[in-house]
Amino acid sequence: MVNYNKRLDRTFAALVDPTRRALLARLEREDGASISALAQPFVIKLPAVMKHLDVLDNAGLITRSKVGRTVTIRLRPEPMREAMDWLRRYERFWSKSLDRLAAYAETKEAEARKKRR
Amino acid sequence: MTSLTLVRRIKARPSTVFDALTTPEGIASWWGPDGGPVLVAETDPQVGGRFRVRFRMLDGSEHESSGEYLELVKPERLSMSWRWTGGAEDPGESLVEIRLRAVADGTELTFTHSRLHDEESRRSHQEGWTGALDKLQRHFLVIERSSP
Repeated sequence: MVNYNKRLDRTFAALVDPTRRALLARLEREDGASISALAQPFVIKLPAVMKHLDVLDNAGLITRSKVGRTVTIRLRPEPMREAMDWLRRYERFWSKSLDRLAAYAETKEAEARKKRR
Repeated sequence: MTSLTLVRRIKARPSTVFDALTTPEGIASWWGPDGGPVLVAETDPQVGGRFRVRFRMLDGSEHESSGEYLELVKPERLSMSWRWTGGAEDPGESLVEIRLRAVADGTELTFTHSRLHDEESRRSHQEGWTGALDKLQRHFLVIERSSP
């Protein structure tokens, strides 16, 4: 559970930065890209992009594979999926609870109406 | 900011819904993700007052959450801090906000649970990343945003 939470922390922390989200969105569209191709649309310098890629790598959100001198970066969606599952648990909790809350309040309202009559 | 918003239309007056949200009797009858029982429901619905709710799920596991009422304007709005006791599910503190709006046939309830797992983001950014997540999630599974 502790590792799980640490992993989630890393995932959410990685996702918080707009540049990193843009990198992920790009990798989602393209099946793999070189570091220089990834850096190209950004105003920031290559070393800064490399740092962002390190954060994504540490969070397990990308993989790197090297062929010759070219490093290809690919999206690794598993941590994202884990984060989505985590959010979905909250969604299930509240969704079911609020359904019952609605039913309960409607019963109470109907009782109050009967009493008033 | 990681957040979750749900909307419900309820055929009851806002004051009835507000009571259902804040009284132990009310909470005991709806709180929890399945049909399992609520074991403890304590509330002190005033600003600075606390709530504590413990429930058992049908799989036998017990969970408890507690927090502090941050805002109460009966019968319109309610907000409270939220934390799971023990912190196994999520060690952080989050925020629950509920808005009740009178509509023709009763109440429209808007429920938001925010600041979920984003200590980092609160420190560094106001900007939300749910937009990006929304975009990315078609890559994965789609959250069913249920509203009737």
